[in-house]
Amino acid sequence: MIEIVAPGPYATVQDLGRPGYAHLGVPRSGAADAPSLRLANRLVGNPEGAAGIELTLGGARLRFLGGAWAAVTGAPCLIELVLSGRTTARGMNAPLWVPEGGEVRLAAPARGLRTYVAVRGGLDTPMTLGSRSTDSLCGLGPSPLRAGTVLPVGPVTGLPALVVDAAPPPETPPDVLRVLSGPRDDWFVPGATAALCARPYLVTPDSNRVGVRLSGTPLRRARARELPSEGMVAGAVQVPPDGQPIVFLADHPPTGGYPVIAVVAPACLSVAAQLRPGDRVRFHARPG
Amino acid sequence: MIRRAGEHALLVETGGLEVSHRLDALLRASRPARVAEIVPGPETVLVVAPGADRPALESLLSRLLEAARAPALRPVPPGAKVTIPVVYDGADLGDVAALSGLSPEEVVERHTGRELVAGWLGFAPGFAYLTGLDPSLYVPRLTTPRTSVPAGAVAIAGPYSAIYPSASPGGWRLLGRSPVTVWDTGADPPALLAPGTRVRFEAVAGP
Repeated sequence: MIEIVAPGPYATVQDLGRPGYAHLGVPRSGAADAPSLRLANRLVGNPEGAAGIELTLGGARLRFLGGAWAAVTGAPCLIELVLSGRTTARGMNAPLWVPEGGEVRLAAPARGLRTYVAVRGGLDTPMTLGSRSTDSLCGLGPSPLRAGTVLPVGPVTGLPALVVDAAPPPETPPDVLRVLSGPRDDWFVPGATAALCARPYLVTPDSNRVGVRLSGTPLRRARARELPSEGMVAGAVQVPPDGQPIVFLADHPPTGGYPVIAVVAPACLSVAAQLRPGDRVRFHARPG
Repeated sequence: MIRRAGEHALLVETGGLEVSHRLDALLRASRPARVAEIVPGPETVLVVAPGADRPALESLLSRLLEAARAPALRPVPPGAKVTIPVVYDGADLGDVAALSGLSPEEVVERHTGRELVAGWLGFAPGFAYLTGLDPSLYVPRLTTPRTSVPAGAVAIAGPYSAIYPSASPGGWRLLGRSPVTVWDTGADPPALLAPGTRVRFEAVAGP
């Protein structure tokens, strides 16, 4: 079991979410930066979809009530292991043995937003609709983690042996989001996709797991009527009437009524999920 | 027309809700490979299929869309029928009557007098936009939404009616309440109403 001594600014349990329920109004949810959670799970021999902790801007302290292998991925932060009063530094992207009673302290990341902690055996919290994820949009799954929350860890029997010492540190991805135009680029004035890609946008503080909210060149609509509600995908660049785009992340609503000018490439969703308020990001359109 | 919605999804324009529902049913019956989500809307169906063979999926969707547009050739069974008992004692019943120039009794008659169809779901898990409302009941949303509307509240706004599946903020006008559970994460499926479900409201005496 793991006790949350301090959760940092915002921390939740996440796995790979609840696919298959969008037509019933249920967001997919799951880790915002899914490749980072998958990597953390691989490092400790878990199935890639096991539940871990998603931290926002680090700042967490986790006490291990039993010894366990853990791995930390995503937004890079300093890691310390405190055991019997002694503090030692530990590394990201590598299996890390935490003895019983050990406390893992994660500092605020220097860049990026979301850091993931996987534990061998996976977090064994209750499931809702087949997932342990906290859905911040509609409140499915457990509440965000608080000081004092205790998270059970699943059994490790039958898991493959740990075979990796460390994953190569991921390259610092450029702050560029590749997009495919549409499906509603024709709702905007000619040249709007070019305008989206011309200058960087600033990430605003009201960004969250639902979406990255941006501020920059407004995107002007060519049609005044309202778009009938339609299905939305992760990575959709939705444009409300004020013309400032929002990039949908894991907890995005499954349907929406604002036109989507372009969709971020799935390979760039991690980059989007790691953008923090104050960052600047560019879009790059490529032919379909 | 079939539009791309990123690398993993296609957005099929159906032009209308009935065709959306027929296409949705045909897709669910045929379950093409790699399809993860099928999301009908008033004029579209979104098909999310990571890793699918896109040209093959696109041609399948074109064929199914054609079939969905010719219901006489390929009838799709209509959606399930559900009767929803309602205690018509909602806080906005009087205002709705005033806005529509009807008596509260007439509002209830018109709300129960037609079969509605769940068009699509959104806003919250299990929240179905019920279409087919009597046009005399079209009223605007509240100018200031309520901070909390209880689960089971039966409401209208614009051309739609709905049953709040769980307690949430809400700006629709409340006509009454239903004891029926429309959203239960322990049930399979968790939502009582799916796109295409036919709904009849029935007035009952309340406790």
